Amino acid sequence: MLRLIGQRLLVAIPTMLLVSIVVFGLQKLLPGDPVLTTAGDARDPQTLTYLREKYHLNEPVPVQYVRWLGAALHGDLGQSLRTGQSVTALIGQKLPVTLELSLLAMGVALLVGIPAGIISAVRRGTVVDLGANLVALSGLSVPHFWLGVLLILVFAVNLGWFPAGGFVPLNEGLGGNLVALTLPALVLGAGLAAALMRHTRGAMLSVLRSDYVRTARAKGLLPPTIVLKHAFRNALVPIVTVSTLLFGDLLGGAVLTEQVFTIPGFGKMLVDAVFTRDYAVVQGVVLCVALAFILLNMVADLLYLALNPRLRSA
Amino acid sequence: MLRILVVLGLLIAWQAAAAESTLRIGLQDDPDMLDPALGRSYSGRIVFTALCDKLVDTTPDLTIVPQLATAWTLSEDGETLTFKLRPGVTFQDGEPFNADAVKANIERYLTLPESVRKSELASVASVVVIDAMTVALKLNHPDATLLAQLTDRAGMMVAPKAASSADFAAHPVCSGPYRFGQRVAQDRIVLNRFPGYWNASAYHFDHVIYRPIPDASVRLANLRASDLDFMEHLAPTDVAQVQSLPNLSVMRISGLGYANILFNIANGPKSKNPFGADKRVRQAFELSIDREAINQVVFNGLYAPNNQPFPPVSPYYDKALTIPKRDVTAARALLQQAGVATPVTVELVVPSDSLTQQVAQIVQAMTGEAGFDVHLRVTEFATMLQEQVAGNYQASMDQWSGRIDPDGNIYAFVTCHGSFNFTGYCNEDVDRLLNAARTVSDFAKRKPLYDEAQGILLTDLPHLYLFTEPRLFAATKKLQGFVPHPDGLIRLENVSLAQ
Repeated sequence: MLRLIGQRLLVAIPTMLLVSIVVFGLQKLLPGDPVLTTAGDARDPQTLTYLREKYHLNEPVPVQYVRWLGAALHGDLGQSLRTGQSVTALIGQKLPVTLELSLLAMGVALLVGIPAGIISAVRRGTVVDLGANLVALSGLSVPHFWLGVLLILVFAVNLGWFPAGGFVPLNEGLGGNLVALTLPALVLGAGLAAALMRHTRGAMLSVLRSDYVRTARAKGLLPPTIVLKHAFRNALVPIVTVSTLLFGDLLGGAVLTEQVFTIPGFGKMLVDAVFTRDYAVVQGVVLCVALAFILLNMVADLLYLALNPRLRSA
Repeated sequence: MLRILVVLGLLIAWQAAAAESTLRIGLQDDPDMLDPALGRSYSGRIVFTALCDKLVDTTPDLTIVPQLATAWTLSEDGETLTFKLRPGVTFQDGEPFNADAVKANIERYLTLPESVRKSELASVASVVVIDAMTVALKLNHPDATLLAQLTDRAGMMVAPKAASSADFAAHPVCSGPYRFGQRVAQDRIVLNRFPGYWNASAYHFDHVIYRPIPDASVRLANLRASDLDFMEHLAPTDVAQVQSLPNLSVMRISGLGYANILFNIANGPKSKNPFGADKRVRQAFELSIDREAINQVVFNGLYAPNNQPFPPVSPYYDKALTIPKRDVTAARALLQQAGVATPVTVELVVPSDSLTQQVAQIVQAMTGEAGFDVHLRVTEFATMLQEQVAGNYQASMDQWSGRIDPDGNIYAFVTCHGSFNFTGYCNEDVDRLLNAARTVSDFAKRKPLYDEAQGILLTDLPHLYLFTEPRLFAATKKLQGFVPHPDGLIRLENVSLAQ
């Protein structure tokens, strides 16, 4: 297991390098001058020149990249051109928010999606299956923005049960924190639950048709035992794969949900940074997300080992 | 029983008195750097209004009034502006405010390499401390715009010792009624009451929280759910809805800025087209549009149609320059005179917000009837700006937030070497008039200069002005005492929330 972790971390180095080169290059291909964009109505030529020099924007792109890489290896991801804050500090502010929202949304998705998928597979072709599929399809089709605004209107504006937006940090109280994140987690979780339900259903259906499940039935085992102990465990491998990928997507920023609920997470920061050509912020956030994907893949691999003993000897 | 009720009543009253009052304001954007020397964003100016006092301020009718300076005089030759300063003022860290502090601030704005205030204070040659509470700005040449510049960030006084810190923008210290508390990027800026403020009794909140919520409908939903008390930039399409709600109110005032279309006249090869070559084509374009119809359709009649860069609230607004009525026949005749083949094709660059796109679509339809074939190219802001600078456009929608002094709405955009002149327009007479207007402080002598320049500009039409945008605010009906100003800044003097 340690060897696997070591291997994965070793592969992570060239992957991160590649990601950093691609993102850096792509940003430079975007039209728009970051200094001019952030200058707003103050476009004194002398100051613009000074800022371009300060942020090395007048140097050739490869030189800029090497300069950035050198600083990044020392833990300095640069400064936001717009706010002057350190990118590392900004990530430190946003990462816990995004991580918590993602975990809660994933919790909603797992709690709803997996049981719904199992029931739908076991009761294939019945009204229950049809109903679950219909709900899942709606969950996948409904735009997050629309669902978010709808939930705000019902639960915040009309009923007043939840705040319409904003974020309460954990250190200001767990209760307030959870109340503030309930609606965004539900909106994000709805789409994920639908996707998970469809995958769970598919995986369970193929397992339920297999010989060993028929044997289990022939042995006279009770249906819950067959489904949960024998079938579900074998169906878990593809479900784990999908879950980790979905979770990775969440860390990349639930842009629309964060916009609707004004959650100060990665997504909102990334979108604002792209529009203002705040290169250092975009680069830092994308790298962070790439690292998260690599770690999540590693976690998925470890879960496979835990779930399927045959893989351990391989 | 009575005793218990009395005790309970007292307890409730005590709790109400002890409860800290907070005002929560929804902003359209997250401010950038909270240092007046570096700040560039409009939303930043709103936060600065509560955080940092200025030498002078403005009233809703754009009169300049005292703030940290109690009086000022301009010398006969117009080259020395002397301020008497308010006594008994301290910065939020206890440092005293005096003439030395003013000198340090103005010099900081002029010499800090990153300072974006340099062009606003370009006429200042030196700052002379006359006595502890008197300071004079010595100018290179008479500058009629300077006092107006000092009503904004260039006139904001920050604590000189604190300002020498490298991370001043993260912990700004000024002399305003509220001091900096906390900032979480893209989430909130918290200001706390500054008890040592010279006019503290006029400010009634213990805390002011600014929350950037870019989407106007989401900002309104937060207000409706009582998660905000006040919001700026209410969408014109939401005004009727807010007015119908029993617990919310709308406040509005004419803004200072404008929405316009700029034509590429001489900025690179793309100017080589009928629009760039012949002003009659641009005049025909103007005659083919109906500003009021666009206003009714897109903005529910809330904008003010305008054909000049000055808002109707400005004393420099020229009432004689009436908006031409839509006249398709006259437009067609002008195109014929110009000898251009119809339809005249033009590409109009449009920023990606939905309201401006709607305006552009109506312009497209209206001008189509007069013999124009307008192609819309929707472009996000950063790209649009770069293309305007590079001259890679034929016509472009644009807007400007506006300044209280007329110079700020016109000079940089139309003079030959103006820093925002992306049209390439250059007319020596316009330059002469606008340069002269910069040096004349007497309104009676200054206004005719602007009137004459506008007369030329409305014929040459490098810019086709369309509307003056109103400042729209929505608030809970509990909010009392708020007076909207044309600059849109939220002044909290005498503002309170009823219990």
